Amino acid sequence: MATPTKYSIWSLLRNAGSYHQNWQRVWRQPTPKDEYEVIVIGGGGHGLATAYYLATVHGITNVAVLEKGWLGGGNTGRNTTVVRSNYLYDESSGIYELSMKLWEGLSQELNYNVMFSQRGVIGLSHDRHGNDEQSRRGGAIHLNGIDSEILNVAQVRALVPIINTSPNIRYPLFGGMLQRRGGNARHDAVAWGYARGADARGVDILQETEVIGLMREGSRVVGVETSRGAIRAKRVGIVVAGHSGVLANMAGFRLPLESYPLQALVSEPIKPVLHTVIMSGKVHVYLSQSDKGELVIGASRDAHNSYSQRGSFHLIEEQLAALIELFPIFGRLRMMRQWGGIVDVCPDASPIIGKTPIEGLFINCGWGTGGFKATPGSGWVFAHTLATGEPHSINAPFSLKRFSSGYLIDEHGAAGVAH
Amino acid sequence: MFQIDCPFCGPRWQVEFVCGGEAHIERPINPDMLSDDEWADYVFMRTNSKGMHYERWCHIHGCRQWFNAARDTVSDKIHATYRMGEKPPELSS
Ligand SMILES: Cc1cc2nc3c(=O)[nH]c(=O)nc-3n(C[C@H](O)[C@H](O)[C@H](O)COP(=O)(O)OP(=O)(O)OC[C@H]3O[C@@H](n4cnc5c(N)ncnc54)[C@H](O)[C@@H]3O)c2cc1C
Ligand SMILES: [Zn+2]
Repeated sequence: MATPTKYSIWSLLRNAGSYHQNWQRVWRQPTPKDEYEVIVIGGGGHGLATAYYLATVHGITNVAVLEKGWLGGGNTGRNTTVVRSNYLYDESSGIYELSMKLWEGLSQELNYNVMFSQRGVIGLSHDRHGNDEQSRRGGAIHLNGIDSEILNVAQVRALVPIINTSPNIRYPLFGGMLQRRGGNARHDAVAWGYARGADARGVDILQETEVIGLMREGSRVVGVETSRGAIRAKRVGIVVAGHSGVLANMAGFRLPLESYPLQALVSEPIKPVLHTVIMSGKVHVYLSQSDKGELVIGASRDAHNSYSQRGSFHLIEEQLAALIELFPIFGRLRMMRQWGGIVDVCPDASPIIGKTPIEGLFINCGWGTGGFKATPGSGWVFAHTLATGEPHSINAPFSLKRFSSGYLIDEHGAAGVAH
Repeated sequence: MFQIDCPFCGPRWQVEFVCGGEAHIERPINPDMLSDDEWADYVFMRTNSKGMHYERWCHIHGCRQWFNAARDTVSDKIHATYRMGEKPPELSS
């Protein structure tokens, strides 16, 4: 296995000399082996991060990541990249703040620029009640050592001069909650950076390899059937987001989640006008401005189950109406692209990371509309779970068993906008 | 957005309806005999089918009646709508 070029100003200059024709491939295209120690199903950010930390933290490199399409072609490459760690419950603080800490060093760790930009995330409130709720949440978050600031209208306007503060609109602005360490990252780079790091340590990344069945001996999983033949493994981890139910079905159990379309859209590029991420759960829209100048705009998921990867038009209409009321300046902006993903939503809006009813088979799913921000932490704890066969203390509360014990981690009401 | 054929009013745009999720989930007959796992199965576990899916809708901005639909979750094509209490039609996606 060739050691990858270390990316630096020198490698950039060297390759500029040859007109960028000689850059080394970022990962190999290996042929599948007959057997691996660990198979990770799903080559999104979470699956690739899992493989990376299996190799780096646990020294397990006899690993394959099986992806039915291309790396990051699922929700990882379709999301609006909001990163924050200001969730209400202690359990959530644990996993989202672990992720935030990993984000803060990720580009260095991977030697790959994931363009993590801590530009701040503001959740708006539009009435007294919303503001009280934010203050309560902000307090709880503070107690967990995570930054959060409650803002009044003037403070919001100081950060976002283009926002509409008129008292004469349907839902006038009342205040907001800010996490300064929150922000955005480049979605594709996260998948590619983890893939490169995992590949360099010997992990086989197998694209266009769809899992179509699970092989079992008694109560144990012993491998998977794929579109490229059977591959055996001692342990298997399912990390397929919207397709979790399909994989669980193959294994013969059901999950407490359903798959829905969630869409987003981007505008034509404009000069920099928006320097933070803005979200409003009340009028339901959230947005940021990309480095290319496009506004990246998202809102709610559809209410019906679907694998169509296509959001409904009326939701676009609603989110743009909300956008224009908050930012009249965008009234004439044209929208360029719209797309959808399939999100796996749990009844308590928290993920499931741990064991399944089948021995040797583990699952990491239920991230729904908001799992991009958790990519590093999720991979880190899931690698621990796959390496040791037991959950880490950070993901132990997120077991499938919580739906029997009643220990739900109900972030639905808490999150306001769930991204 | 798709059209839904309300069994009471005929075809209408999706925006007139709310989706009530998976249909034909029966409340256990002996609730006090159920284990925690069996309760969890009834309350939380879902089929989440990729393909033919049976679900409830309510024509909230119309006749306000609940009814069932059989929809393919890959194409979003609705193959049948039928009234509450009726058995789901035999369909293949
Ligand atoms: C429009 C939109 C906006 C979002 N915005 C945000 C946001 O702002 N912030 C945030 O934190 N989160 C956001 N999310 C959620 C976030 O994208 C996801 O929670 C996260 O990316 C999930 O990552 P993953 O690696 O688990 O899944 P994915 O990236 O979906 O990867 C799963 C992979 O599994 C593969 N797969 C499926 N079935 C099989 C099979 N049988 N065999 C092999 N491979 C298979 C798929 O092809 C896919 O590549 C958003 C999602 C969407 C759709
Ligand atoms: Zn009707």
